[in-house]
Amino acid sequence: MLDTMTRPVEQAIPGPFEERSTAHEKLVIFAWSGDLDKVWPTLILATTAAAAGMATTVFFTFWGLFPLVREDRRITGANWMQKMLSVMNRGGIDHLKLSKMQMFGAGSGMMKVLAQKHQVASPAELLASAIDLGVKLIPCQMTMDMMGLTKADLIDGIAEPAGAMTAMLEAKDAVTLFI
Amino acid sequence: MTRGIQEITLLDVKGLQCPMPIVKTAKAMRELASGDVLQVVATDPGSVKDFAAWSKATGNELLESTAIDGIFRFVLRKR
Repeated sequence: MLDTMTRPVEQAIPGPFEERSTAHEKLVIFAWSGDLDKVWPTLILATTAAAAGMATTVFFTFWGLFPLVREDRRITGANWMQKMLSVMNRGGIDHLKLSKMQMFGAGSGMMKVLAQKHQVASPAELLASAIDLGVKLIPCQMTMDMMGLTKADLIDGIAEPAGAMTAMLEAKDAVTLFI
Repeated sequence: MTRGIQEITLLDVKGLQCPMPIVKTAKAMRELASGDVLQVVATDPGSVKDFAAWSKATGNELLESTAIDGIFRFVLRKR
């Protein structure tokens, strides 16, 4: 039958981004990775959300905790395993590695040069901005205990260490991302 | 940031990339009172959409958004 070919298209056409309502006023990011190429977007999104007036929290767990280690804390931990971990996985926002094309430091080095050339804010600059804008940075207490990191090993300006439940309560009515 | 004769605060973020134009704008806005006007100049082409989105998200009114020779100018009034 011909009329099947002439039926009107009734599918709703999604509106442009500008027309969508902003239902959520909170952003919670679970920062699990310590890789440069994941910490960077985490901090970009967190600072942007805070700049847009969203209550923003980043919960740092597992490898994600190491970017919060102070620059002057080279070897951390109480036992040989924790100490070895800190030697092999250097903490600090300026010592992040790429998840691919790291090339023993050449990759992340070149990325830093490119970022500087194009005036892209560094992870260190974004982290400072995040703290300045009031982003709540929560270190995972369990990871700290397991990896041998103390509050004194972590940078100033972050929230008190807490557990998964605290993060979940924050996430309850928020946009959540796991990076 | 300097205050001009018309009490318009100026913010120059030329050269800076996402998200710093927005981050610096939000920081500059904190120093202003409700009704104050902030003029931002940027070179990041992405900022055209981003400033419109930021205005929508925060309720700070985007009075003007213009582009001349690769320079983007945004005039915002604090909520």
